[in-house]
Amino acid sequence: MCKFAGLPERFSRHLEMEKVSLWKIFAAFVKIGAFTIGGGYIMVPAIEAEMRRRRWISGDELPDIVAIAQSAPGLLTANMAIFAGYKLRGVAGSIVATLGCLLAPFVVILAIAMFFNSFSDNPYVIKIFSGVRPAAVALITGYFIRLTRRSHKLWQLAITACVLVLMVLLKVSAIYMILVTITGAVAVALLRQKRNGRNQRC
Amino acid sequence: MLLLKLFWTFFFIGLFTFGGGYAVIGIIQSEVVFAKGWITESMFTNIVAVSQMTPGPVGLNCSTYVGYEVMKAAGASQTVASLGSFTSSIAIVLPSFIVMMMLVRFYTRFHETPVFKDVMSALKPTVAGLIGASALSLMLYINLGEGLSVIVENFPDWKAWVVFAASLGLYLTGKVGPISILAAGAVAGLLIY
Repeated sequence: MCKFAGLPERFSRHLEMEKVSLWKIFAAFVKIGAFTIGGGYIMVPAIEAEMRRRRWISGDELPDIVAIAQSAPGLLTANMAIFAGYKLRGVAGSIVATLGCLLAPFVVILAIAMFFNSFSDNPYVIKIFSGVRPAAVALITGYFIRLTRRSHKLWQLAITACVLVLMVLLKVSAIYMILVTITGAVAVALLRQKRNGRNQRC
Repeated sequence: MLLLKLFWTFFFIGLFTFGGGYAVIGIIQSEVVFAKGWITESMFTNIVAVSQMTPGPVGLNCSTYVGYEVMKAAGASQTVASLGSFTSSIAIVLPSFIVMMMLVRFYTRFHETPVFKDVMSALKPTVAGLIGASALSLMLYINLGEGLSVIVENFPDWKAWVVFAASLGLYLTGKVGPISILAAGAVAGLLIY
């Protein structure tokens, strides 16, 4: 069981059943990196689709990944890859996943920097990306719709609406939204525990 | 020595940016263009345009490209300049890697405890809100004082909205994957524009 150091038993058992090869993780993240335009949350539907197709993750786990990736500094995309890779194969998995999602962007940018000085003026490039951009926005909108469909309780929808309004109208940073949610949830959980008089660990 | 400076600059950019995407762009600009003066403002604008059009996260593309141009501007050969690309793109993800390793360990250790489960179930709707806000900000520019306007870069005309509606419909059926939808968008762009 200790092969997957740090992972709780439920996970390591799951992993021993179907140990994912590092090469497969790398290939999946090369694909994800190659087809993300713009970065940030646009990447989320692609990660979910890839990981679900391969049965690496259940639908409910992705918001965890996003929340934690958002709490670390740096690029959201890389953080999600690091986390997803770790879940699959520990540190080696996260290194491979990160390098995978860096590969395609790196090669493309390097090629452009070396050979195409007028890439962004090329008429075909402009046409292609005029079609890709609205499609990318549609993906992230669709993912949002699917997430809200999954939340059945009123308080969940209320939180979503609050966050949406605060971010869009008042431009509050995402990291504050996460921190406030965590603080609030811990407070509510502790209060409930106290009221129930149970003495649970942590 | 410039490589080392490049490494540290991007390491600190990676360490101190939260939110990713366009937030990173602003920080790279203030460091590389204003504070260090390694490349010109117009060069940087060009780099951002290319970063948005190429695959991969904007912040990463931008770092990779800036790494190359900084070395080039200092008179390096193409090979050494590629090394600059490599240095800046690795340096920007390295701090994330270190912090994420700590967070992931924390997560795997505590994620079965009741309080942690409560926190995670509260975070789910928050994350939905973040994603919704991101989607909205790619469509509309909303400002309390100035009202709202469409983001013209993404939606220049009605045809873009048709592509948007068709892609959204396809995605919500659950039968077509995101990558196929993006590829279809590329083909549509070639045909209609």
